[in-house]
Amino acid sequence: MNPVSYVRAADAGAAVAMGAAAGTRYLGGGTNLVDLMRENVEAPSSLVDVCGLSAAIEDTPEGGLLIGGAARNSALAGHPAVRARFPLLSRAILAGASGQIRNMATVGGNILQRTRCTYFYDDAARCNKRAPGAGCDAIDGFNRIHAILGASSACVATHPSDMCVALAALDAEVMLSGPEGERRLPFEAVHRLPDGQPDRDTTLLPGELITAVRLPPLAAARRSAYRKVRDRASYAFALVSLAAAVELDAAGRLAEVRLALGGVAHKPWRARAAEAVLRGQVPDEIRLKEAAAAELAQASPLRDNGFKLVMVERLIVAVLSDLVAGNAGAAA
Amino acid sequence: MPILVNDRPVFVPDDARVSLLDLLRDRLELFGTKKGCNQGACGACTVLLDGERVLSCLTLAAQCEGRAVVTVEGLAADGALHPLQQAFIDHDGFQCGYCTPGQICSAIGMAAEAARGMPSVVTADLEATDILLDRDELRERMSGNLCRCGAHNGIIDAIGEVFRGPESAGGAPR
Repeated sequence: MNPVSYVRAADAGAAVAMGAAAGTRYLGGGTNLVDLMRENVEAPSSLVDVCGLSAAIEDTPEGGLLIGGAARNSALAGHPAVRARFPLLSRAILAGASGQIRNMATVGGNILQRTRCTYFYDDAARCNKRAPGAGCDAIDGFNRIHAILGASSACVATHPSDMCVALAALDAEVMLSGPEGERRLPFEAVHRLPDGQPDRDTTLLPGELITAVRLPPLAAARRSAYRKVRDRASYAFALVSLAAAVELDAAGRLAEVRLALGGVAHKPWRARAAEAVLRGQVPDEIRLKEAAAAELAQASPLRDNGFKLVMVERLIVAVLSDLVAGNAGAAA
Repeated sequence: MPILVNDRPVFVPDDARVSLLDLLRDRLELFGTKKGCNQGACGACTVLLDGERVLSCLTLAAQCEGRAVVTVEGLAADGALHPLQQAFIDHDGFQCGYCTPGQICSAIGMAAEAARGMPSVVTADLEATDILLDRDELRERMSGNLCRCGAHNGIIDAIGEVFRGPESAGGAPR
């Protein structure tokens, strides 16, 4: 690890004043950044600790929630309002990492965590995300964990977060503070597809800091679930995951449906094509398979990860069938 | 402000790269906390920071300024083992012992989380406030601590006995 300076920011203004300098990174719980520094993937010259910024979780006047960027993952997952009104968010967070890591990791840091592509971590491998222009050893390498949607010839990495899949389904908004002032971004606009610039994970500007996440009210979120398929029962990243929320009308049709996929793309993948097939329809198995097929129409699996297409279809059928039947359930 | 390590004030190291784990082991010679993977994958370095279980390998010592750290060395009171330490002995909760301090610190933090109603991903009712720490709950909540020897069943028995009562220790399938 290279020498690095460390300072705690008293508030967002102080953090942003320091964060604009070249070589500076904001430090949350450190669960990803400290590891990447040790692996020589990240080499900041100074760290601005933003753990002291707002960690509050508050009701908004319109019935949603405002979540401070420094809120710990465990605090968000365990908050009574999240458990009651946004259970898919609680379940998504609880499906990720371990108890220790959830106690450390912040909401802002979770959003900005980097891919777990093994070639990105291995500085002996070629990786366009780590070293732009170097090439990609994943595309023809061991790529069973990699992307099936939205990838490019430069990068097939996936975004590793579970929490972000739920936030994508919930139409969250991210509040940013930076050298140019404050702005809000729809959650889907935060992460980007790799195209020719996979070194850029997000659309955040240099020095911008996530100060809060705003959740709009969503009645359908009360009937919601998060299911994660992984190589072991706990403490593993998703091969494929699905966040889903539904609201049924009196005739059993889907008045509202929200679907987002994890483990399939460079960003948390809001499944709008599948939603469009399902909205206003009775979600029987045939319709659910149609929805999965619509979402996967643009999929391009790699040598080792064609199984993810099958998993996406099965997840959509199983999770939505359970939700419609009233079994929100604990299945992880 | 110093860091309080097992109630003892300790100066924050000048080098910001020093992890809490390296502070504990290399500078304070508290060798109970173990360096397994040093990348947040094994849980051997788990300590309690202001009462919450965290990974000391991914925590910079500088981040602990003004906070209280408890390691496995800080658990025994007046020479008497913490009940969980005794339970690990009683249930053969270790073989090589390398994961043990992390398992014990993690379990103490885990029990406090459950006691205040924190659900896990296997908790059926997300809004329940009384958490029954059955075997599935313990296995899920302790999944961040790996044991490579094969003592895991004894570990779960020991934790179950201390934090749920003796009925959990014997009967569960092994």
